[in-house]
Amino acid sequence: MMRRFTLLTVLLLAAGARSVFAQEAAEAAISAPDTAWLLVSTALVLLMTPALAFFYGGLVRSKNALNTMMMSFVAIGVAGVLWALAGYSIAFGEGNAFIGDFSMAFLTGVGVEPNGTIPHMLFMAFQGTFAIITAALISGAVVERMRFGAYLIFIALWGLIVYAPVAHWVWGGGWLAELGALDFAGGAVVHVNAGAAAVVAALVLGKRKDYGRQALLPHNVPYVLLGAGLLWFGWFGFNGGSALASDTFAALAFVNTMLAPAATLVVWTLLDFARAQKITAVGVATGIVVGLVAITPAAGFISPMFALILGGIAAVPSYFIINWRARTRLDDSLDVFAAHGVGGMTGALLTGVFASAAINGSADGLLYGNVAQFGIQALSVVVVFAYSGLLTFAILKVMGLFMTIRAVPKEEGLGMDIVNHGEEAYSTGEGAVLLLDDETPAVISNGKAEREPSLVS
Amino acid sequence: MKLIKAIIRPDKLNDVLKALYRSEVRGLTVARVHGHGGETEPVETYRGMTVKMELTEKVMLDIGVSEPFVEPTIEAILEAAHTGEVGDGKIFVLPVERIYRIRTAEEDTAAVTPVA
Repeated sequence: MMRRFTLLTVLLLAAGARSVFAQEAAEAAISAPDTAWLLVSTALVLLMTPALAFFYGGLVRSKNALNTMMMSFVAIGVAGVLWALAGYSIAFGEGNAFIGDFSMAFLTGVGVEPNGTIPHMLFMAFQGTFAIITAALISGAVVERMRFGAYLIFIALWGLIVYAPVAHWVWGGGWLAELGALDFAGGAVVHVNAGAAAVVAALVLGKRKDYGRQALLPHNVPYVLLGAGLLWFGWFGFNGGSALASDTFAALAFVNTMLAPAATLVVWTLLDFARAQKITAVGVATGIVVGLVAITPAAGFISPMFALILGGIAAVPSYFIINWRARTRLDDSLDVFAAHGVGGMTGALLTGVFASAAINGSADGLLYGNVAQFGIQALSVVVVFAYSGLLTFAILKVMGLFMTIRAVPKEEGLGMDIVNHGEEAYSTGEGAVLLLDDETPAVISNGKAEREPSLVS
Repeated sequence: MKLIKAIIRPDKLNDVLKALYRSEVRGLTVARVHGHGGETEPVETYRGMTVKMELTEKVMLDIGVSEPFVEPTIEAILEAAHTGEVGDGKIFVLPVERIYRIRTAEEDTAAVTPVA
């Protein structure tokens, strides 16, 4: 695992030792400060998923607000439970270069013994929060039209078949780790991975019935800003915690997580201004998220000045792809591909440019004469994108043989909230009649009660 | 001169506006309303409290038109607001005594003829 490897290298270099053996990691004792920081980080990363619910929820129409927010919230349940049952073992079990094994399924052998310098089960929980948000990220491409039941099955399968193996490649001692791919906190594993799944899911589901015919506007822009703010807050745990220690790398990642999105925000507003002489709030929120995504793979590998540059550069491709995408037939509704896919690729590639061994103690990038690192970064992005895209396509197609994945036009017109959840985000209560037990219809099919005879005119 | 009141589904509003625009009907007023038109009532649940929503959200259009525009307006709404399910709405055509355009104090047909 890259991050642990980096930390270990530094520790051993400091101690004057030159050899790195995997066994030595197990001999390390639990560190109280490291454990404290990871406890906080795990909670911070978990908060990102509700934050994403607000970010996405504000961007959809009011009749789909609850459904969109629920797609993020339920990921905590589905992906969280499956992570403990099998996902963690598939990602971090010994296995081979491509996939882990089931040796730690049902958390077998995952106790409080040291894993690095923190309790093993804390490491498992921290990684679990990453699996949760990655699944939730994909929902942005399928909102307002995917059936909720189908979505639940999809993220369950996707977490086990796509996320866990890719996490193994990069962090679980798999082949990308062996190759030396730099991915500090999940630029490829989380964001390129989710971005590829999003674009494929949007293609397989097809566009919303009103897409391209009507203006589908965000119903609550303040929610979008609230979500972006909370995502930024949580991201300090995402990147800072990925040092897996309370040390200088955590501080570096933390500082870079503050600076890079700030630069992206500035460049994004300039692009907005240049385009329409108006700086938009949705644009600022999007810019923050793109900056956070882009700094993720680089957080602990580059200097703060390069983090500013990386953040600034990252705004450009995502900005133009969002503007271009909206005019195409590809209904990646909340631009998961442009923000996370493209942002993650930009970040992963620029990590291979700006990485400095003087800063991170392990690898130089293109700027310091290491051309090979840039190639490795590009390879990791391409492979993760292709794997995630192909497997997402396969999962959705196989699911399509057994069930209806998307809502019918009538349900889309009514809104996913009433159809899927039997609730409204902004109910006035006017005309709501309390049903007593004996009046409750025996069969509520598709959220509709059979009409009572007394009401038939 | 007629006042055409149409009550339609909210998600059909854009289609209706587009159809009216094509029929060159330019002046209208839109209001969000709640009503009941015989459709099945959605059942919602909040923390164990089951409720039946007797009033559904609708959109009401008020369109004042001169005689040549009455039929085109009705046809445009009938076609654009149609889904075939219960709850598509109603169109009421009312006679109008007098119409004034406030800006110019023009009367009747002149008042509802769009300014070129």
